[in-house]
Parts: sequence; structure tokens; C-alpha cells
Amino acid sequence: MKIVGISGSIVGSKTKTAMTYVAKEISEKYPEEEFTLLDLADYQIHFSDGRNYLEYEGDTGFVAKTIMEADAIIIGTPIFQASIPATLKNIFDLLPVNAFRDKVISMYVTAGSSKHYLVAEQQLKPILSYMKGQIVQTYVFIEEKDFHQKEIVNDDVFFRIERLVEDTIVLTETYTRMREEKEAKYDF
Amino acid sequence: MEKYRIDTSKGLEFGIFTLGDHLPNPNTGEHIPAKQRINEIVELAKLSDQAGLDFFGVGESHQEYFATQSHSVVLGAIAQATENIKIGSSSTIISTSDPVRVYEDFATIDLISDGRAEIICGRASRVGLYELLGYSLRDYEALFEERFDLLLKINENEVVNWSGEYRKPLKNAKILPRPKNGTLPIWRAVGGTPASAMKAGYAGVPMMLATLGGPVSAFKNTIDAYREVAERSGFDPAALPVGTTSFFFAAKNSQEAMREMYPYINEGMKLTNGQGFPKQAFAHGADKRSVINVGSPQEIIEKILYQHEMYGHQRYVAQMDFGGMPFDKLMKNVEIIGNEILPAIRKYTVKK
Repeated sequence: MKIVGISGSIVGSKTKTAMTYVAKEISEKYPEEEFTLLDLADYQIHFSDGRNYLEYEGDTGFVAKTIMEADAIIIGTPIFQASIPATLKNIFDLLPVNAFRDKVISMYVTAGSSKHYLVAEQQLKPILSYMKGQIVQTYVFIEEKDFHQKEIVNDDVFFRIERLVEDTIVLTETYTRMREEKEAKYDF
Repeated sequence: MEKYRIDTSKGLEFGIFTLGDHLPNPNTGEHIPAKQRINEIVELAKLSDQAGLDFFGVGESHQEYFATQSHSVVLGAIAQATENIKIGSSSTIISTSDPVRVYEDFATIDLISDGRAEIICGRASRVGLYELLGYSLRDYEALFEERFDLLLKINENEVVNWSGEYRKPLKNAKILPRPKNGTLPIWRAVGGTPASAMKAGYAGVPMMLATLGGPVSAFKNTIDAYREVAERSGFDPAALPVGTTSFFFAAKNSQEAMREMYPYINEGMKLTNGQGFPKQAFAHGADKRSVINVGSPQEIIEKILYQHEMYGHQRYVAQMDFGGMPFDKLMKNVEIIGNEILPAIRKYTVKK
């Protein structure tokens, strides 16, 4: 399966740090899966202007097409001003309304304080549902105090990262199998 | 209706259209040359004419996997090759062409065809043509509205005085040649939502409604909204034709029709639109309440009659030429339409 990780901010380090652990977990435990990490800080991405995603060029086109080809998407996001960063929202705006149909999506959220815990629940999940994603309901929330010098220092976070990667892969396999079985029954 | 060359006493009109896509056959991988594709489109129009169909449409799309960017030129060839069938665009993206030039082209096609040409104006679902033809996507809506208005004005007046934002003014401009009977039927293409249909209603112009998937009842709401707005804007809805388009494929039975048609739609949409057609949604095509006219000839007849009862529309335009569908299958379907479907539809919809 194709798994695409997104580090959804172009500033700060916590989300990138968390996604690096996610990448390591996948490459060590699931080396057969094809994993691509898109760190938005590495790309020059235009604001959405409403065109079909196939029509964007350069980095914007590359990022949009890479996401559209994924079977599973692992979103890493910080919380800015009590919401997701504009850079991440722009990615959603670049894509078609049904972009996440037949895709499994999981979330790693980093934040300065525990007060931001429900932002993913109340603001990110509704977007992913609207775009028809199959959401892994539990997300990993990592706070400032879990980081030290760009490393994660809380063992519990490692366990949670492992579990969410496993859940993402199991759910993707499950949904893919369910869909294939269902589609095989259509007789066309 | 006469203004738009629709004779309601003859019943529901039946046409076919192509977007002019030029896609590989998903089953064989064969990708025929553009020359062959264009020749086959002209040939398909000829066969449709011989089979007694009412309308044949060719669209413009300026992107990879399409061959009729110059759709009016293709329609010129079709005008010469056919005798009776009405021919038109499906659709013309008026936003990125000069309305004067478009009118000159279609008035000429009308003269070549002895009064059979029509224009259907759309806004384009893909927007690569803006950059290609030198326009800004930020003017997407304004360009369409201004140019569509100008086109309608040219249609109604041989001498035009006009000024607008996106073109130099026209002062006592004579737009020639004139169509055979003075004016052309000019339709507005609508993408399915009531909001979009209402724009056609405000302008009091005929509406060609694309119905890609879903229940007939949902599109009936769109047609109702169009007629309501037209009436409120001072037009008589009974004088405004409504056409609908949807996927079409006839075979021995619905299983076989769906099995044959699905790969062309799914793979074709992946290449032209970036996402396939979900099987779950296509499966609804087997239901008689669906807008997708795929099935046995008898099933299709029943569906189209049901749609006619719900919509009260004047023309149905079938989309079967899509996704690299080979010519022999298109030919076979035109034969089925001419021999089985069309006579039945006329029999039940003709006004006695």
C-alpha cells in the first residue's frame, strides 16, 4: 500500500519531529509498505484557486498528486490560533471534494498545551469526513512537555505512535479487502 | 419552442454527443491516432443522421486526452457530411473565445448545414484553457457572463452596439453571415445544481443539463428551479426547451451493458478528471430511478420515458462516446437507438 505522511506546517519543529518518528516506525516495522513523507516546509505551494488538482504545476501539483495516489494518509499537524495551520487547510482546498474516498486517514497532533486537545476532533475530523475519508478515530496528541531538544522524551508517546501506525495499516488493509469483496459482487 | 427549432408535436428529441476525448481503450490499451479519432466522430455523426437521430454534439476541451479543441471545425465537417440531423457544440467555452468569432463560425456552419446549427455555451469543468488561450482564471465567472450576453445580443441583432470589460466596444458592427433563418438556438450548459440552472432561468435561455449520476428526482428539482426563475424573470417556461445529458449504453441486458460500459467511464474519468467513477455509484445505474441510461433497449426506453414524465424535457442527449470506446461498439449502439429505442420513445411522447 501507498502511505503518505504530511507534516502540515512550514514553521516550528514539533510536528516534523513527530512525523520523523512515524516514518521510522513504518520503515522498521512495515518495510514492505511504500511511505512518502511530505514536509510542507520543503515545498513552494500555491494557494488553491479552484482548478482541478491535475492542473497544478511544480511543487503544488506534485504534492496534490502524491496525496491523491495514496491508500493511507497520515496527517501531522500543529495547532495555531486554536485551529489547524493555513498551510494544511490549503492542501485540502487543492483537492476534489471526494479526494479521500477509499483512503484511510490518521492524525498526529502537536500542541503547546493540553487546551488544544479537541481542535482535531472538532475542526480536522469534520473536514476529513466531508472529503469522504475513513478516519482512524483515535489520534495521537503530543504536547510541548513531551518534547526536549527536538526529540520525544515521553515513552507513552512512543507507544501511542506505534499503536496508531499499526491501526492505520490494519484499517487500510481491512477497508481495501472489504471494498474489493464488495466490488467483486457487482458483476461489472 | 419554434424559435429554438423544437417541434413538440414530434415528441422527445434524441441525440448523442461527444466531449471529443481521445483516450486509450482501457481494455486493449490501444490509442488510435487523432486523425482516426476525428474521422470516426464525423462518421458517427453520419450514422446518427442515417439512423434518424435528432441531434449530434461535439465539445471543446483544451487539454491532454482530447482531440476536438477546434470543435467548430469538426462541426463544419459534420455539417457537410450530414443531411437532416441538428448539430451543435457540447459545449462551446464562450469564456475564452471572442463571441463575434464564435457567432461567425456557427452562422457559417448553419449555412453549410442548411439551418441545422446550434450553440451550447458552458464554462468548462477543467480550466487549463485559461492559461493556454491567455485568460485569467480570476475572471472565470465574469468572462462567461459578459461573453454569453454578447453572443445572445449578436444572435438577436444583425447590427450590434456594445461595450463591456473584456473586449473592445462594438460600434454599429455588422456580424455576418447571418444564420439561415435569422437566429441560432443558443443554450446554456448547466452542471447539475439548482444554483447553476437558475442562471439560465434568469437569462431566459434554453438549458442543457448534464446529469452524471444520481436519481432523476434530484435533477427534477434543478429543472423546476430553472423554470421557476425563468417565469419570475418574465419568460414563459413553456417556450424554453430543456435538454438533459447522461451516460448511455445499450446491450442485451443491464448486466452486460454495465460490464461493458464501466471500464470506459471509470478509466476515462481517472485520466481526464483525476478520479474514477465509484462502482457503488455506477451500480445505481441499474435502478430505473437513476439518470444513467445503461441497460437493455427496453430498460432504457422505460427509463427515458420515466425521465420525460418527470422532467417534461424536449431533448435527451446520450453520452456513450467516452473513454476510448471503440467505434464498432458506438456503431452498434447507434443501430440499436435507431431501430429500437427511438421509435418507441417517439411513439410514446409524440403529441397526438
